[in-house]
Amino acid sequence: MPLAEAASLVSMIHAVGLTKRFGNLTAVEELSLDVHEGEVFGFLGPNGAGKTTTVRMLTSLISRSSGTAEVAGCTLGRDADELELRRRIGLLPENVGLYESTSAVQNLEYFGRLHRLPEAKLRANIERLLRMMDLWNERDRPIATYSKGMKQKVAIARALVHDPVLLFLDEPTANLDPESAKTVRDFILELKKERRTIFLNTHHLDEAERICDRVGILRTRLLTVGSPEALRDRLWGSRTVVRVERPSEALVVAITDRLGPRKVEISGDTMVVEVTDPDRDNPEIAAAVVGAGGRLRQISQLSPSLEEVYLRLIHEQGSAG
Amino acid sequence: MRLSQAWLVARHDLNLYRHRRTILYTLVAFPLGVAIGFPVLVRYLLSRVGPASIPSPVLVGLIDSFSFFFVIASATLPIAVASYSIVGEKIEKSLEPLLATPTTDGEILLGKALAALVPTLAAIWASSVLYMVLMDRVTVGHLGYLFYPNAEIAVVLLALAPLACLFAVEVSILISARVADVRTAQQIGGIVFLPFVLLYVVSEVGIVTLDTLHLLAVSGGLALVTLGLFALSRRAFEREEILTRWK
Repeated sequence: MPLAEAASLVSMIHAVGLTKRFGNLTAVEELSLDVHEGEVFGFLGPNGAGKTTTVRMLTSLISRSSGTAEVAGCTLGRDADELELRRRIGLLPENVGLYESTSAVQNLEYFGRLHRLPEAKLRANIERLLRMMDLWNERDRPIATYSKGMKQKVAIARALVHDPVLLFLDEPTANLDPESAKTVRDFILELKKERRTIFLNTHHLDEAERICDRVGILRTRLLTVGSPEALRDRLWGSRTVVRVERPSEALVVAITDRLGPRKVEISGDTMVVEVTDPDRDNPEIAAAVVGAGGRLRQISQLSPSLEEVYLRLIHEQGSAG
Repeated sequence: MRLSQAWLVARHDLNLYRHRRTILYTLVAFPLGVAIGFPVLVRYLLSRVGPASIPSPVLVGLIDSFSFFFVIASATLPIAVASYSIVGEKIEKSLEPLLATPTTDGEILLGKALAALVPTLAAIWASSVLYMVLMDRVTVGHLGYLFYPNAEIAVVLLALAPLACLFAVEVSILISARVADVRTAQQIGGIVFLPFVLLYVVSEVGIVTLDTLHLLAVSGGLALVTLGLFALSRRAFEREEILTRWK
């Protein structure tokens, strides 16, 4: 990110050395990160990695053992600031926790009033959110009669009813069937279009890849932070897949002669070539193959999924630990 | 502490009780049973054995002892209500989003306490008025004066009953922190009324007399115990405790 661009970003979360210990157990260790205004930040990690603990610390639900953090302009650990912080943020916890015997409107009214929203504004927000989620016609039905996906949407609406500047979503699609998960995911994408700042805890890597601007991978400690593309490049570099009729050592030599020394792997009819700049290198690869008499079938960029990035980091950390 | 914020929590819980018939039945049945049952019993005794067989002091002692049942009801009913209020939130896992609102732990706790106190005291006070009217009607011919209202019932209704309610709510909060279902909370909470039943029994066998002075002394003692329990329940109802230690 260019320096000027980075400097112009407003930090919604600025954590330095945030640590949480429960007795002898360290749940989160020395977490330092910045989340910028308008950004969707994905927080990935296996179960027990400390994701929920982090959200609870950042939302001032639990105290931190050490470290500091500013969230939505409020400093954690100051009583007055913490009430103000809870006014500015919205939280969707892992368990939706709706009042099942009452309706969607009653659930939202209660939380809107706890946030001291003026009645007219509250009514308008409830209608806007429920219409946005296709729940307006179901608004007076008890929550107990809703599907899981509908409940999840009401819970997200509850987190948004007071127009928070920062939204924390803790596993919003966990335990949902694929259709409900897609509905919720689409809704998060709608929020992204509105340039909301979202902190998304998830272990659905494809979800993070599709939704998040940047991701952080946590396993008690923060292993890495970056955009999914940047993480891929950082871990693997760019690779080009070249499918030819008959791969041979002669073709490998032709490529390395043209591009300079680099790793080239042959597997079946495929050669995987490490490249630094695909736009510059790929035409050279094609020219090298053709020039060496190879018959080119296909040339494409290899893009490891975020899942591969994640698994590699988690395993590396596991074996290091 | 903002009372308006606590009242929002209480009002919401009171609204939820409307969907819980067991709470409504409990709140109505016990106080109404005391309010109607005892006057009917006295009327039956007077008509069966005849007014002459029951000397006035005996009748007065009998009626006086009945009024203590409002204290026992005050210690019993909040358990049913508060168990739903707190354990119900635990079951529906709705405490975390509630704690994430700009509401302090103290305001939530006060709201929960009010939600248990308001319907209980309303039921107790409403039924006590009915009880006094009916009992006066039944006994005025025999005693020659209206027995109620009097100082003892005033202490019972205005000091002991609210304190017993508070005591029960606080015990209920402490129990709710350790159990995960409403029935268990209610069953364990059932022991709350035992000290009051014990007091009733010792007064009946003549070890203590529950006159105005003794009732005031009991109220003072109960106020101290309630204060101590308040400190404990306040500690049990801290957000970090709720999110990380509550079962």
